[in-house]
Amino acid sequence: MKSILVGLLAMMLVSGNALADKIRIGTEGAYPPFNMIGKDGKPAGFDVDIAKALCEKMGTDCAFVTQDWDGIIPGLLAGKYDAIVASMSITEERMRAVDFTNKYYSNSLRFIVKKGTDIDTGNLKGMSVGAQRATIAANHAESIEGAKAKLYDTQENAYLDLSSGRIDVLVTDMLPGYDWLKSEQGQDYQFIGKTIDIDDKIGIAVRKGDGKLRDRLNKAITEIIKDGTYATINSKYFPFSVY
Amino acid sequence: MSWNWEVIFSSLPKLLEGTLLTLELVVISLLVGAVLSIPLALMRTSANPLIRGIPLGYTFFFRGTPLLVQLFLFYYGLAQFDAVRESIFWPYLREAYWCALIVFTLNTTAYTTEILRGAIQAVPNGEIEAAQSIGMSRALMFRRITLPLAYRIALPAYSNEIILMLKGSALASTITLLDLTGMARTIIARTYMPIEIFFAAGCIYLLLTFIFVQLYRLFERRMLRHQAARTSDASATS
Repeated sequence: MKSILVGLLAMMLVSGNALADKIRIGTEGAYPPFNMIGKDGKPAGFDVDIAKALCEKMGTDCAFVTQDWDGIIPGLLAGKYDAIVASMSITEERMRAVDFTNKYYSNSLRFIVKKGTDIDTGNLKGMSVGAQRATIAANHAESIEGAKAKLYDTQENAYLDLSSGRIDVLVTDMLPGYDWLKSEQGQDYQFIGKTIDIDDKIGIAVRKGDGKLRDRLNKAITEIIKDGTYATINSKYFPFSVY
Repeated sequence: MSWNWEVIFSSLPKLLEGTLLTLELVVISLLVGAVLSIPLALMRTSANPLIRGIPLGYTFFFRGTPLLVQLFLFYYGLAQFDAVRESIFWPYLREAYWCALIVFTLNTTAYTTEILRGAIQAVPNGEIEAAQSIGMSRALMFRRITLPLAYRIALPAYSNEIILMLKGSALASTITLLDLTGMARTIIARTYMPIEIFFAAGCIYLLLTFIFVQLYRLFERRMLRHQAARTSDASATS
């Protein structure tokens, strides 16, 4: 009887460990080229490739969970997944709610307008400025004096309204903006003004107190940079380093 | 988790601002819908299959697709066509406010039309025959007999439509409008306190529904007072 109990207990511990070692990654799936739903219906993109490389380095299985952007932190806190790899900027506000790893890439903001529009980015008074809700770009759009900020649920909807002319200027993270300008939909548009350096570092969010997972992720980030995995993934998406 | 009352109180002014936009969208679309649904319901009850078919196609589409899909098609979809952007309507269609208002109106008109259609058909035949027998014209009969009776029959079902419209208006937030839900989501983006803010927004919706149900009950009691008299007579005699 006793040995059966011990056996059961051992099994529970083993399976408990196996479960604990599967890391669930939350991502948005609507932010190309960083995270999007690929042709096969699975998450793909820079974030996803990085997350897969990290999981491989940590020797764990990873499962991806897609979640709308403005519910992505609440979802982490509610335990629907263990880490957010979704191009999330490390900000003080967010650090009150979650912990971040070291950066895995850096970002800056740019303005996008239709080609041929002459706009002084220093003076956007009276203009409609679009951005995705709950992002750094949105904070920036809302902080522009005299401009009317319009906030969208997804970056794609913001692009749609830029092409319909409802917004004059789009504030966007530079790298996804760069990717969009290269696409067919974006060919009539261009960056204007200077790069807005906002000291924007992108990290992986974990629940507060989940220091063990954060340390493992940090170690894995250092490792993939050192062994060239990072550079390979980087060059798949951008001809310049984004670290 | 720790519950933060302070963020609820400090967000209240913004949430009430959003509530005003919600009310504006809902009240205007309901009023316009109530008017537009009368001729449409009449057409729906016509004996001519062609006249009957046109509003049927319209109500079939608007009752058969989600409001969100209608909003997206109208707001993001239409705007992709150059012809639309160059048309005289663009100054209006450009604004999310007008798009929401138009879609909400079309949506609620479709439902109201069907509610009214059912009610018109449920008007007792005897009343119609009585009107005909004293030689009332069709227009007069419709105005004096059919429509008033149909409205009384439709009243209880229509209150549901109003409540559904109030809640459905939350979708305005998906096309950049800062209605109650849109405002709540924008505040959440800054504070990361979704539970508190959605709780507050939910309370406001509940309060709106409560006030509306009370007012509607008074209105219904007045409109249906002949029935109330009948039921109290019945209980008095039994």
